[in-house]
Amino acid sequence: MVLILDLIPQGVQMALVLILAPLLLGFTRRVKARLLRRRGPPLLQVYRDLLRLIRKEVVIAQNASWLFRSGPYLIFAATWVAAALVPTFATGLYFSWTADLIAITALLGSARFFLALVGMDIGTSFGGIGASREMMFASLAEPAMIMIVFTVALLAGSTQLSEVADFMLTHGSLRVSLGLALVGLIIVALAENARIPVDNPATHLELTMVHEAMVLEYSGRHLAVLEVAAALKLLLYISLIACIFFPWGLAPTGSGPAAYAIGAVSYAGKLVAGGFLLALFETSIAKMRVFRVPDFLGIALMLGLLGMLLLFVSRSF
Amino acid sequence: MTPVIAALWSIPALLGVPLLALATRQWPTATRLVYGACLAICLAVLAVALTQLLTTESPASSLRLPLGLPWIGAHFRIDFLSAFFLAIVNLGGGAASLYALGYGEHDVSPGRVLPFYPAFLAGMNLVILADDAFSFLFAWEFMSLTSWALVMAHHEDPDNRRAGYIYIVMASFGTLALLLAFGLLAGPAGSYAFDEMRGATCAQPGLVLILVLLGAGSKAGLVPLHVWLPLAHPAAPSHVSALMSGVMTKVAVYGFIRIIFDLNGAPAWWWSIVVIPLAGATCVLGVLSALMQHDLKRLLAYHTVENIGIIFIGLGLALAFAAHNMPAPAALALTAALFHVFNHSIFKSLLFFGAGAVLTATGERDMEHLGGLIHRMPLTAFAFLTGCVAISALPPLNGFVSEWLTFQAILLSPILPSWGLKLIVPAVGAMLALSAALAAACFVKAFGVTFLGRPRTPVAEEAQEADNASLAAMFAFAALCLIAGIIPGFIIDGLAPVAQGLVGGRMPVQSAIPWLSIVPVAESRSSYNGLLVFGFIAMSALAAVEIIHRFASRAVRRGPAWDCGFPDSRPQTQYTADSFAQPIRRVFGEVAFLAREEVDMPPPGDVRPARITVTLRDLAWDSIYAPIAGGTGYAADKLNYLQFLTIRQFLSVVFVALILLLVILMFAMLVWS
Amino acid sequence: MDRTAIDVAHMLAGGMVLVSFMLLYQDRMFGLLNVFALHAFVLSLSVAWQAYIQNAPHLFITAFIALVLKAIIIPVALHRVVVRLGIHRTIEIIGGIGPTMLFGIGLVALSMVVMLRATATADPLAREDLAFALSVVLLGLLMMVTRRNAVSQIVGFMSLENGLILAATGAKGMPLVVEISVAFSVLVAFIVIGVFLFRIRERFDTVDVEAIDEARGERL
Repeated sequence: MVLILDLIPQGVQMALVLILAPLLLGFTRRVKARLLRRRGPPLLQVYRDLLRLIRKEVVIAQNASWLFRSGPYLIFAATWVAAALVPTFATGLYFSWTADLIAITALLGSARFFLALVGMDIGTSFGGIGASREMMFASLAEPAMIMIVFTVALLAGSTQLSEVADFMLTHGSLRVSLGLALVGLIIVALAENARIPVDNPATHLELTMVHEAMVLEYSGRHLAVLEVAAALKLLLYISLIACIFFPWGLAPTGSGPAAYAIGAVSYAGKLVAGGFLLALFETSIAKMRVFRVPDFLGIALMLGLLGMLLLFVSRSF
Repeated sequence: MTPVIAALWSIPALLGVPLLALATRQWPTATRLVYGACLAICLAVLAVALTQLLTTESPASSLRLPLGLPWIGAHFRIDFLSAFFLAIVNLGGGAASLYALGYGEHDVSPGRVLPFYPAFLAGMNLVILADDAFSFLFAWEFMSLTSWALVMAHHEDPDNRRAGYIYIVMASFGTLALLLAFGLLAGPAGSYAFDEMRGATCAQPGLVLILVLLGAGSKAGLVPLHVWLPLAHPAAPSHVSALMSGVMTKVAVYGFIRIIFDLNGAPAWWWSIVVIPLAGATCVLGVLSALMQHDLKRLLAYHTVENIGIIFIGLGLALAFAAHNMPAPAALALTAALFHVFNHSIFKSLLFFGAGAVLTATGERDMEHLGGLIHRMPLTAFAFLTGCVAISALPPLNGFVSEWLTFQAILLSPILPSWGLKLIVPAVGAMLALSAALAAACFVKAFGVTFLGRPRTPVAEEAQEADNASLAAMFAFAALCLIAGIIPGFIIDGLAPVAQGLVGGRMPVQSAIPWLSIVPVAESRSSYNGLLVFGFIAMSALAAVEIIHRFASRAVRRGPAWDCGFPDSRPQTQYTADSFAQPIRRVFGEVAFLAREEVDMPPPGDVRPARITVTLRDLAWDSIYAPIAGGTGYAADKLNYLQFLTIRQFLSVVFVALILLLVILMFAMLVWS
Repeated sequence: MDRTAIDVAHMLAGGMVLVSFMLLYQDRMFGLLNVFALHAFVLSLSVAWQAYIQNAPHLFITAFIALVLKAIIIPVALHRVVVRLGIHRTIEIIGGIGPTMLFGIGLVALSMVVMLRATATADPLAREDLAFALSVVLLGLLMMVTRRNAVSQIVGFMSLENGLILAATGAKGMPLVVEISVAFSVLVAFIVIGVFLFRIRERFDTVDVEAIDEARGERL
């Protein structure tokens, strides 16, 4: 009985991230449209698109392999598991001790590995360009993420996300290394989610797309699953920033339904703020050319390295 | 029969196997006999080693035979460290023999491989069992010579001859360095047995560290002594490549650990400051070089260099913690390094087996001539994919576990008081993270260009699946990758006595932790559970498939590729290995390799094709080896003059040398009288 | 000294190091001037915070001078000079951005080690802020060394001077901080004016935008 009661909030969190991800995407698109003085699609349009895609027949190339057909589900599974582990409205849920920051980063790395492979499966040049550029961005974004994880872990004394969130709730303060880590994490989040200024999620021109190039050959339910995975990734990064750097409102370990409700409301507020700021940022800056992106990601790596260096040198940074 | 005697019996058994093969006259039978016998012997020694490692409480079982030098004899010993490495060697050897039962049938000159292969295995086993300097060095050199003979098996190719030449020069240099190191450790008393070295204090432990880094490091593949590795490992037949990359480098790591952690006494504060940056540089340079290759086996060989770097980062951190008397973190770092030793020997062997299968099926090692093999060789592709996922350190497989443990060791290092380490460890942490990300890119390239896409040449269109023995070896290792990733706690507990013996501490008991997680320091700090991650991923994927197929649609239709509406039927339009690596080469190549691209664009009206030329220079080769080789050649040319002296000139040379020695003697007596 | 005060001081000093890195990253003239204005703005905030926690009201004047002179007047003046003289808008960086940033990190690490070891017995807030200030100075020097363009070298010199002011205000009880900072600012202003007068006198013909247009044949 106690076990079931413990499992329910964990299950609610796993379902919540899955349900909220397309809504976050729809909200971001609507804010962007409004900022450009358009009306924009309705908030629930992404759900309608996904339903339409799921019901369609899949058309795949003659030489597509079993990896092509099973890839989307693997990518979705890895991303969903990572997103479901990040504390959204409460810390200390039943499986929260498996939420290791390095493991979450590596799960996203698995998803990206398989995404690049399925991009190369059909043997077109679009897939190749998407895969090679994605791995180039990853070769800088992933170390930057690990450095940021280290900075946060050195402060909090643990790489477990629930521990980190609890530490930030009780001892959090304005620290230089946290400031550097926040800027770095925002840069990494922009790069990993294929947002402007790194990649344009709304275009299909080969000069301007990386993520879209890898999924170019997909249609029907496979494409729907990949779109949900991309939305989950965006939700994961915003939840991660909210959980580590703005943890107020998170229900502490072992609290009751009232605290969960407050946590849920504050989480919704953080998502709204995150989506709004993302849309605002994307509208106010232009996309970089591809070979400026390593410099941009190099900044994130430098910031993470600097934060880690400061914490190695002195505990009070 | 004590364990050490049981293990020692394998040496004459292995050496006798080729004689057995001589009894049968036909090559196919002889091949199967030799490899089957090696498989059986390796499995037997593996069983002995595992029982010694996992079940016994007493540390060592040793033996002294009256062979070799009369006043030393030959000492042999199995303690926990050598039991672990014996298990690694024989696991790799057994799998390679199983693989070769199928692969060896396609060898064009089996007479050049069969006699030396069991001798190579015997040499490696003997290095680990040796307990005194003489038998260690004898076995080390025997191992080098037999592997050199195997590298030169296909000597018709001039590249292989050059690779063998460089290999033998570097191996001799390594043995010389180890000889000097043992000389220092033995001291003026000349006590060459390891037991005596353990008790005595050496006069120059720092110099021993440098010499062992040169000697064992060159065999393992530390930068800048790695130049022989990418030439020699691909030149040998594939099962031997797997042994050299997966197992012989680990024997070199064993040599390093045995001498530095066991024989050299307590570590000084500056040892880790030398080892850790060297290891970090090895990581990054190894993986960047691997990314630039389009020869599949050379890519795998360069990647071995990177993984050796990761192992040495763990060993360097263990040295740092041990030097400051922190046994528990030292045990964590050492366990991370040893776990990576185990992991690497498994997945690198698996990848070399796959490369060998591709080579047998198509006759090509060059990725630019392959493609689409996932349709022709689906089982090999699946096993190779498992190896690629494991080596890229992705959960839930085993590569991630050793990487995670190394990261946890790095996160513990702010407690070290040394200022040098406070600057070096964050930098090396960044290098480790960078090399992990680049490794993933490297293996997306390797798998994507070789197995995915469309076939680029006719040989790739007509490849056949590998034979059953090769597939069995590959799938055995793939399963081991998964198991080690899901339940790593048992392996960590198995390594605990090794760490206890070397650094005096151990990690928390892993089998006592609920849900089979692993915990490096304390449960409240960090933990990782491979089983749950694997379970969650599997359940989510299956649930997604089931729900969508049931409630939405499962219709599939095949058609031509979309390709944005402009499909091109020529397979040359797809990405090649070099084009995949181009963005990364643009970002990192200018600093690491002085990479230059030159485009030769014909003027309008000229119908010749445009050409792009990429030049990469190996900075280590240009700055260290080319000058040394040039200088040696120059000196040899000059000294050649001594060959053609007249009799009077020869006599005068002898006379002058005698006078010189007498003068030195006179000065020595005057100064120290 | 309570925790929040120390944290805010560190945050502002670390912010100056961060903005110094941003200065190193810029490769366009107007972006450089805007980031320099930000650098001076963060300096003024940092000095104002030091004035508040040290109870030294005369430092508020230093903050005000930094804000008005270096965050507003000098960038605007340089902006107008650049436009009028038609100075080259892109800044060439010797060595590439990546190696420069890596070297910058190395300089920060060096200054951390040197400062924190040399002042091991001093007040923790002061020595850590001094470490940041030394980093800003070294990064300003790096900027001067790796740029070919005169304007960017001047900006590097001014950011170096900002670092010196940060160090001076961080160490408590340094006399005449206000007077010294005013003198520094006047010195810098004279250097800037001097450089541009020299360049105008030397290259008057080719710098004039009207003359270039005549040479291209787009004006009569």
